[in-house]
Amino acid sequence: MLSQDALQKIDREIAKYPAEQKQSAVMGALAIAQMEQGWLSNETIEAVAGYLGMAPVAVYEVASFYNMYDLAPVGKYKITVCTNLPCALSGGVHAADYLKQKLGVGFNETTADGKFTLKEGECMGACGDAPVMLVNNVRMCSFMQPEQIDALLGECK
Amino acid sequence: MGALGFILNAEEGERSWRLAEYVKRGGYSALKKIINEKTPADQIVGELKKSSLRGRGGAGFPTGLKWSFMPRQFPGAKYVVCNSDEGEPGTFKDRDILRWNPHMVIEGMIIAGYAMGCARGYNYIHGEIWEIYKRFEEALEEARAAKLLGDNILGSDFSFELQAHHGYGAYICGEETALLESIEGKKGQPRFKPPFPASFGLYGKPTTINNTETFASVPYIINEGGDKFLELGKPNNGGTKLFSVSGHVNRPGNFEVPMGTPFKDLLAMAGGMRGGRKLKAVIPGGSSAPVLPADVIMECTLDYDSIAKAGSMLGSGAVIVMDETTCMVKALERLSYFYFEESCGQCTPCREGTGWLYRVVHRIEHGEGRPEDLDLLNSVTDNIMGRTICALGDAASMPVKSFIKHFGAEFEYHIQNRKCLVPEDVQRAGSGFFKAA
Repeated sequence: MLSQDALQKIDREIAKYPAEQKQSAVMGALAIAQMEQGWLSNETIEAVAGYLGMAPVAVYEVASFYNMYDLAPVGKYKITVCTNLPCALSGGVHAADYLKQKLGVGFNETTADGKFTLKEGECMGACGDAPVMLVNNVRMCSFMQPEQIDALLGECK
Repeated sequence: MGALGFILNAEEGERSWRLAEYVKRGGYSALKKIINEKTPADQIVGELKKSSLRGRGGAGFPTGLKWSFMPRQFPGAKYVVCNSDEGEPGTFKDRDILRWNPHMVIEGMIIAGYAMGCARGYNYIHGEIWEIYKRFEEALEEARAAKLLGDNILGSDFSFELQAHHGYGAYICGEETALLESIEGKKGQPRFKPPFPASFGLYGKPTTINNTETFASVPYIINEGGDKFLELGKPNNGGTKLFSVSGHVNRPGNFEVPMGTPFKDLLAMAGGMRGGRKLKAVIPGGSSAPVLPADVIMECTLDYDSIAKAGSMLGSGAVIVMDETTCMVKALERLSYFYFEESCGQCTPCREGTGWLYRVVHRIEHGEGRPEDLDLLNSVTDNIMGRTICALGDAASMPVKSFIKHFGAEFEYHIQNRKCLVPEDVQRAGSGFFKAA
């Protein structure tokens, strides 16, 4: 289910913790699995559980608790927009509205071509760069005015 | 980028974070000093106490005192943990510290390990800052290669291993015991205290948790002495402090200034009010700190004591600036939604109460407020505060209480007239998003 490459990366996570504390690697392992598979299906969660010697439900608990794990398929590009107060004061909500209009979807929806999923995020710890967006959990985009949003959407092939 | 002190060293540009650059700035000299001089642990803790360094994550607890709580003679593992899980709306300083100066945090953590007899540490890094996490991992590799981390550091008999743990999007993990649960591979739900982490922490072992900025302050204190650090600030409020300024200012960003700097000076550093508009209100210490009206904050200096006297908290130093285009009901709705989303669900008053707070503020904002709603909001906050395991319930309540206290008339206008006191087009202009159009 998980590739050799993913398992090697998970092994590096396991090595960070005391030998008897393999479970500590579960967050890293789920992140690695999600990056490879696009989202976390029950099968993927079971595979991670098996590899770490955990009960599947314990892994599911973690996967469903933290916001950045996706328990349902998402588009090729998941764009998460911060709409919290500091961002909102500098246009975070307006940026989200702009994206909704451009993509023709609301929060937690995916475009018909499967390319974009739009999410509402909570504080990303980058309020000075508002409006802020996160692409596929890894790329933070700062100062997203209409022009920059257009450019970002253009880059996403 | 804002004003620069010893923690933010961004003037050397994108590569300033590298080990070689850090060493050029005098980096790792504090660690070398204590290893060469075999400085007793008590002396290090003593310097920290003298420095009056207080926890930079928000609670402001004296760091030296915290370190002294660690049991000296404990047989077995003890841990040092850094809390870089900043995700409180308005706070974005740790990201810049780790971006420009990761080795200063690493050095501070190694010294902490030395002073408290810990052989292992973890830095818990906020989920959304992946690039910063990767950079920190690279900095750790540099330190290991230079024998600054690992077995027999710099040829001594002191060994310390440090790893980065990447969060994945849960504000509650900034609470120290939730953070420990999270490292253990569980849901991030806070633990009852006591026992405190110094006796029962990570994997049930004695653990000390400090904020990123707190650790970053340690090398300076060891190099220059606690007294000199204290002199940078003011009595009981030692050192410089990073302030994250966001909202309606011309140049949002981080500014490292001495404790006790007047608020109006910080506002000037951030370029003043956007569009020259009038200041309406400021949240001085992150979204859970009570809001202060313009005339109150303009008289404050930025230190724990002055802000507390004015009725709020310095917290993490996250200064959210709101101008006259701000609808205070909408502003509170944003905050209440955050706490509703981020409540971990463990304690009923918080899980249910944050939902009530959000829904009632939401209906006022959307023209469906009822005359009794302000009393209802105050009653809900009274039933949350002090009745939960961790501080998130209080954090959700304080904005509500303070917004109603200082801007109650605006809420009443909303309820009576079913619309904002501040016209929609004025609010729209305030965000600056449509300036290009």
